[in-house]
Amino acid sequence: MKYSELLTESFGTLTINKLRTGLAALGIMIGIGSVIALISLGQATQQSISNQIQSLGANLLTVSPGAQQTGAVRGATGGQTTLTLEDAKAIQTSSQVNTISNVSPEFSKRAQVITGRNNTNVSIIGVVPAYEIIHKIAIDTGTFISQRDVDSMGKVAVIGPQVVSDLFDVGSNPLGQTIRITNQSFTIIGVTVSKGGSGFGNQDDIVWVPLSTAQKQLFGVNYLTSIAVEAKSQDVMTDAQNQIGYLLLSRHKLNNPAQADFSIFSQQDIINTASQTTGMFTTLLSGIAAISLLVGGIGIMNIMLVTVTERTREIGLRKALGATKKVIITQFLIEAIVLTFFGGTVGMFFGIIVSYVVSKLTSFPFIISPSAIILAIGVSAGIGILFGWYPARKAANLQPIEALRYE
Amino acid sequence: MIQASHLSKIYRIDEVETRALDDVSFSVDKGEFVAIMGPSGSGKSTLMHLIGALDTPTSGEYILDGENVSKLKDDELARIRNKKIGFVFQAFNLLPRRTAMQNVMLPMMYAGIPMEQRIETAKKYLKMVGLGDRFDHTSNQLSGGQMQRVAIARSLVMNPSIILADEPTGNIASHQADEIMKIFQDLNNEGHTIIMITHEPDIAAHAKRIIMIKDGKIVSDSNKHAQRKIKKIT
Repeated sequence: MKYSELLTESFGTLTINKLRTGLAALGIMIGIGSVIALISLGQATQQSISNQIQSLGANLLTVSPGAQQTGAVRGATGGQTTLTLEDAKAIQTSSQVNTISNVSPEFSKRAQVITGRNNTNVSIIGVVPAYEIIHKIAIDTGTFISQRDVDSMGKVAVIGPQVVSDLFDVGSNPLGQTIRITNQSFTIIGVTVSKGGSGFGNQDDIVWVPLSTAQKQLFGVNYLTSIAVEAKSQDVMTDAQNQIGYLLLSRHKLNNPAQADFSIFSQQDIINTASQTTGMFTTLLSGIAAISLLVGGIGIMNIMLVTVTERTREIGLRKALGATKKVIITQFLIEAIVLTFFGGTVGMFFGIIVSYVVSKLTSFPFIISPSAIILAIGVSAGIGILFGWYPARKAANLQPIEALRYE
Repeated sequence: MIQASHLSKIYRIDEVETRALDDVSFSVDKGEFVAIMGPSGSGKSTLMHLIGALDTPTSGEYILDGENVSKLKDDELARIRNKKIGFVFQAFNLLPRRTAMQNVMLPMMYAGIPMEQRIETAKKYLKMVGLGDRFDHTSNQLSGGQMQRVAIARSLVMNPSIILADEPTGNIASHQADEIMKIFQDLNNEGHTIIMITHEPDIAAHAKRIIMIKDGKIVSDSNKHAQRKIKKIT
């Protein structure tokens, strides 16, 4: 008996019993599809978070006031007033620090922002023009804060798209309009492009004003809440971190790094921390995927076992008519392979489509992991074929008369 | 054609031995039409399974067409069933949802006969049993009598040494049963050897020879030569 003929016979059986074939294929399809979708979503989430962090600036160092660990006590970051505009200027100009390109002194505080009818509580950040470069701010309409605005302590503001939608009616142009921050009027000169915010503070829900205006007019302070420094490249991040550290230690008249009244984070540190977090998230999703793989596998196992068992009489008849054991087992094996291949392919596309739809609905990137596909199809196909073959072998080993009488 | 000597079949279930067939000897010649009769539990089904190479005896020897079937392995038994025995079952045992043609061609597929020849042969035998207009009907579109006629056509396509029918009229209406028996008689007149298991005397009456079985032993055989032998033994 030829294999091509067995193939025809197997296809015949599969197409004649459409419901049985459909159910078996559906089990395989869902098993494979859900695993691929889950793993892809996990990786997309991870990618999305690290993309967002990257977009904040990869060469970025952030100097914050407040202590690093001193003994067992740690001062609250930002709760201290040790960083000044002079520190920022020193970092920019000092010959000691030769690995940096831009310095952005910043003062940020939350405040109520009011227009005629609406108000919202947002982060107000006092900035200089370098902020735009360092934080990769993209302007949608208007301009960003200029040096002249800073020098003249201008009452101007740049706002994020979230603030626009909170304060202004849909369709109205916010440029040139006035908002009130702590009872002072500011003219809007620019709106930023949406960065899509989640996790690390919403980048779209911010109002930027000139640093001088923020310090002197709005909040009446002379310190900074942070200094953002852009290193010349990612390779000199550590050098830059050390150089800034020593400069500030000497400026603050401290001898011992352990006494530092400031701390310096690199964006890389944050990425590493975030990667750890999202890595755990992916592990969790993989766990869920593994469980659905198991459940899918058991489903496949069940339907294959039931399918073959209910065909024991058929196997008996085929044996009575002259089919050998090998022919019977081969036929059932072909059926199992065709089923798992068909179910697996459809399931794969199902999983990919789900990931694609989710990536379209959210800001997640669309990632398909080949290892997830191989794992899902490998396991499901393995289970499908094993549990197609095993009961078929059992039935083929029965005396034909026992199989014929099987109820 | 068939020589069975001292055939015994013992089933052992939970330490309890059941002697389904107890030292049975008989022979069947080419062209005979034999009915094996007996009440249920008499061992006639067991005997039929042994004759049909569906099962092997616990002891004794069964020679079919010069081949000692009782010694054969699984795959060789499959070959014997395929080439030398045509089965007609009480429950028809057609593949569901397959056409009459597909069912009739099945034994030829396992024998590796080319497709054109299969189609030709299947059509020939389906016409012979009066189903020339039912080639593409599936089994659920056929009556009981028609299904059994498909089964008879299927039993004939390999031109077997014996046709083995197990209560062939058990599941069909009586007027159709007569048609089925007519087909068997015609086949026998053409020279086919037929062994039929039944418990109905009026069905058995169509056969030329009747073997009665009870408690695993042959109690009577209408074949004179054989009868003499039995008398001698008793």
